[in-house]
Amino acid sequence: MTMPFYVSPEQLMKDRADYARKGIARGRSVVVLAYDDGIAFATENPSRALHKISEIYDRIAFAAVGKYNEFENLRVAGVRYADLRGYSYDRSDVTARGLANAYAQTLGTVFTTESKPLEVEIVVAEVGASPATDQIYRLSYDGSVADEHGHVAMGGQAEHLSERLAERWSPGMDLAAVVRLAVDTLGAQVDGPDRTLEPTQLEVAVLDRTRPRRAFRRLAAPQLADLLGAPPDDTAAAGPGPSDPATTEG
Amino acid sequence: MTPDAPGALPRSFHMTGTSSFLDFLAAHDPSLLPTGRHLPAGEVPAAPHATTIVALTFDGGVVMAGDRRATAGPMIASRHIEKVFPADEYSAVGIAGTAGLALELVRLFQLELEHYEKIEGSLLSLDGKANRLATMIRGSLGLAMQGLAVVPLFGGYDLDRGVGRMFSFDVTGGRYEETDFHAVGSGSVFARGSLKKLWWPGMNASDAVRTAVHALVDAADDDSATGGPDTLRRIWPVVATVTASGYLRVEDEALARTVAEVDAIRRAEGDPR
Repeated sequence: MTMPFYVSPEQLMKDRADYARKGIARGRSVVVLAYDDGIAFATENPSRALHKISEIYDRIAFAAVGKYNEFENLRVAGVRYADLRGYSYDRSDVTARGLANAYAQTLGTVFTTESKPLEVEIVVAEVGASPATDQIYRLSYDGSVADEHGHVAMGGQAEHLSERLAERWSPGMDLAAVVRLAVDTLGAQVDGPDRTLEPTQLEVAVLDRTRPRRAFRRLAAPQLADLLGAPPDDTAAAGPGPSDPATTEG
Repeated sequence: MTPDAPGALPRSFHMTGTSSFLDFLAAHDPSLLPTGRHLPAGEVPAAPHATTIVALTFDGGVVMAGDRRATAGPMIASRHIEKVFPADEYSAVGIAGTAGLALELVRLFQLELEHYEKIEGSLLSLDGKANRLATMIRGSLGLAMQGLAVVPLFGGYDLDRGVGRMFSFDVTGGRYEETDFHAVGSGSVFARGSLKKLWWPGMNASDAVRTAVHALVDAADDDSATGGPDTLRRIWPVVATVTASGYLRVEDEALARTVAEVDAIRRAEGDPR
């Protein structure tokens, strides 16, 4: 009776992955979108204090979905990693790639050695001097890293949202256009009509490459309302995607 | 305890319960902290010393200014060192004493405030920042007893009260809130005498900048370790205002004009003897 049944490694890993995926799928989605002057992050989050999107360093930000206590711990570790590295070397030596690698090792180690994988999915993004040098890394519960370009969706309906973003995102969109696209996308549902999200239900932040040192900036509800209420014609230069009748009325 | 997995974030990075970078360093690697180092016995060779810092309050904020000279014994070690820094968006810190240690202290202090802000998502109160700085100085008491003292002056805009405030410190970590104006460093006696006569309540920002420059000029006049404005090389003091809109360093062009004004006052009044 006390002898455990044999479980094949394949089955063990599959069970863990399923467990982590289920946990992540329960949460609200986060979308990350590159725009002409930086990178925008958006999620549905009515809390003003418990953030899913945060600043890590001067040009680096962090966004996560999943269990709050687990990704909060990773966030704090990331801030410490970045601050220690910047203190030991120089502020310019702190990179998103280094942080993404450290996170990947941490997630991978927990996935294979601990009794339970971390139920989180993370994006680490760094804004560069030009859109071509922006970096967006997406990290999964098992430590796998993907180098993303332009747009990422993670969380509950990641696949569905990614498809919508792929259709409508284009390089060189401006901030108002990507925020509108992000809000539309977050309101999308697989079954049923799209919801319209109010600025107070959203947590939106940007890494703005035009800011001098610390590029991270949160967009509060009034600023969001301004951006969402902006007339659609100012996005004409941004390409075909962003104009959507659903948001122009609100 | 199992050892940390290679490449993964060390266990100390995941420690909960502190928002302080210093506490984190103390747990992770104390040798990186100034307080964690063992000093060998013996005399410390001559090292650059930073000198005079003045600060004064005005209507809506505080101004802090420092001269640009560092001395090593009788030599001028630097004529363009900077000794006034933004501690964070709403505060400034000026340093007098052993330059190398003081600059390290400033770097750690800036990081401490930013680290707290990032982890907590909110700013420390002005008193909280001053207390933090006092703790850091107290930790360096051993260095001070070897003659490597660092004496900062801290000023900032108190967002809760809506006024500019400033704090002075002693080497034992004593923290004293100063009213109206204060100065630290070798030329501080002369600067304080100057400020006593030139400061008045309710002055505006440009009056305060001029008064600060005037005080530094008076200090440089009588203290060999304080450098006056260098019109030949166009090296001006570092002057910064901290108000509700944050830390702002006064531009060189504006300082050049202020220095010319102060010189004109002295030229008119002054008797070369």
